[in-house]
Amino acid sequence: MMRIENGTVVGHDAMGPDYRVLTLKLPEVAPLAKPGQFIHLRLAQLHDAVLRRPFSIYRADGNHLSILYKTVGRGTASMQNLRLNDTASVVGPLGNGFPLDLASSVTPVLIAGGYGVAPLYFLARKMTRRGILFIGGAKAADILLADEFRALGWEVQVATDDGSLGVKGLVTLALDAWLQALVPNAQPEFFACGPNGMLKAVGDRAISGNRKAWLSLDRHMGCGVGACLACVQKVRLSGQETLARVCKDGPIFEARDVIWED
Amino acid sequence: MTPTLDITLAGIRMKNPVMVASGTFGYGPEYADLVDLDKLGAIVVKGISLEPWGGNKTPRMVEVSGGLINAIGLQNPGVAGFIGKYMPFLRKHDLAVIVNIWGKTLEEYAEVAARFDGVEGIHALEINISCPNVKAGGSSFGTTLESTAKVVAAVRAKTKLPIIPKLAPNVSDIGAFAKVCEDNGADALSLINSFPAMAIDIETRRPILANISGGLSGPAIHPIAVKLVYEAAKAVKIPLIALGGITSAKDAIEFMIAGASAVAVGTANFTEPLTALNVIDGLRDYLARKNMTRVQELVRSIRI
Repeated sequence: MMRIENGTVVGHDAMGPDYRVLTLKLPEVAPLAKPGQFIHLRLAQLHDAVLRRPFSIYRADGNHLSILYKTVGRGTASMQNLRLNDTASVVGPLGNGFPLDLASSVTPVLIAGGYGVAPLYFLARKMTRRGILFIGGAKAADILLADEFRALGWEVQVATDDGSLGVKGLVTLALDAWLQALVPNAQPEFFACGPNGMLKAVGDRAISGNRKAWLSLDRHMGCGVGACLACVQKVRLSGQETLARVCKDGPIFEARDVIWED
Repeated sequence: MTPTLDITLAGIRMKNPVMVASGTFGYGPEYADLVDLDKLGAIVVKGISLEPWGGNKTPRMVEVSGGLINAIGLQNPGVAGFIGKYMPFLRKHDLAVIVNIWGKTLEEYAEVAARFDGVEGIHALEINISCPNVKAGGSSFGTTLESTAKVVAAVRAKTKLPIIPKLAPNVSDIGAFAKVCEDNGADALSLINSFPAMAIDIETRRPILANISGGLSGPAIHPIAVKLVYEAAKAVKIPLIALGGITSAKDAIEFMIAGASAVAVGTANFTEPLTALNVIDGLRDYLARKNMTRVQELVRSIRI
């Protein structure tokens, strides 16, 4: 069930030098939100834009819903100017979300690329058990929420391209080292959000290790509700190749179902 | 007194003249959580071909100033897939169902039309002869008078349903295309489809869309569409369904004054899913303010 609702800005704060958290009061949308879902946002300041902007849900607490964003284009630049009590139109929650019903023997392993950590934090807060987070980014300032995960009782491992925090290199480097040291009967299950290259790398490890990986895909979206067919992804369902709509059938896909073409 | 909005267009009864355009509203269920379908005059479902069709590679859509360019490439589940998957849902709703059809050959257009003839719950066929994104079929049929005439006549021969050719905007004389459709048995016309368009990433110097080019829709094309509707209205007597960049009741009213009997909301469904409902309310308010009792009074009411 999705809703359309005008949200009032109740919080808009910096998270480090490059990121911000926007919190909207959304009494209809927020209580419906599940980890891995997203909202489609429309700003009055950006009234000439014909497409809404999709954002992963970072938090949903009661009537409040937050997104974590980085200014990357025209939409997010305009979003920076939102003040308390401004309003924004929201369609959501959209998409399928991460599975939450894990077998009791499974250890959740979250893998984040940069601010792809946002929906994973929401997921961690909704999970009854603790696991491990691997987070990678270009530099220390791109490593977000590590302390918040630790406060929830999660182990956190960090990788940065420039080595300014954690190990130097890709996040999969840290993941590989951890997987090497696993006890034989361990049952890790992966949950990942980040760039396509990272998702594919995580998916490859899951498949070769005979484990599951839930990947949050990002494709250029139009409508956000499954009508326009702009954001399709080639997938394999029941042995059959087909086109899934990332906005509606996803954005979460199991690694085995995804057919990467890029 | 509240003005009445109900119309009968080419034999299709609708509670109001506001429709949602093909390709922008899926097959109905996609927006049903947000929009009460029973309040709409009609839905024109996304284009259907004989067999399932995968469409183009991604990226398929890019936002530009005043609109968007799409090159979805007519992805659809085929006639049987559509009827099986979506008609049970649509039959439960109180709105006219217009099926947009297309083919790669003349024979395919005719065959698709034949398959839909007599299917319960379908009120009309919109013939897509103007999609800019599929090389075989699509606009290659709609940009010459001869092939336009052939497609319309071929579909006419295979169905008793009202048929509504959807015209391409990129022709030199829209009136001539409207007339050739009317002469070959069209019951109404939809105009216009998106404009051939292109966007380039200046950093990589590559086209943004995988298909290289696509069709421009959205507010940018509205004034151009108003002119084309005005020209087509002078050329034919059959009713016109106008579309192109409607975002408000004002845009819809302009179309009706220029000559349209009904309107379709397209790209604005993505921006603001409640646009069609807002257009219905705004249209009613306008008629009341102008002391008109029936929406038909507005049609072709332009003062020159």
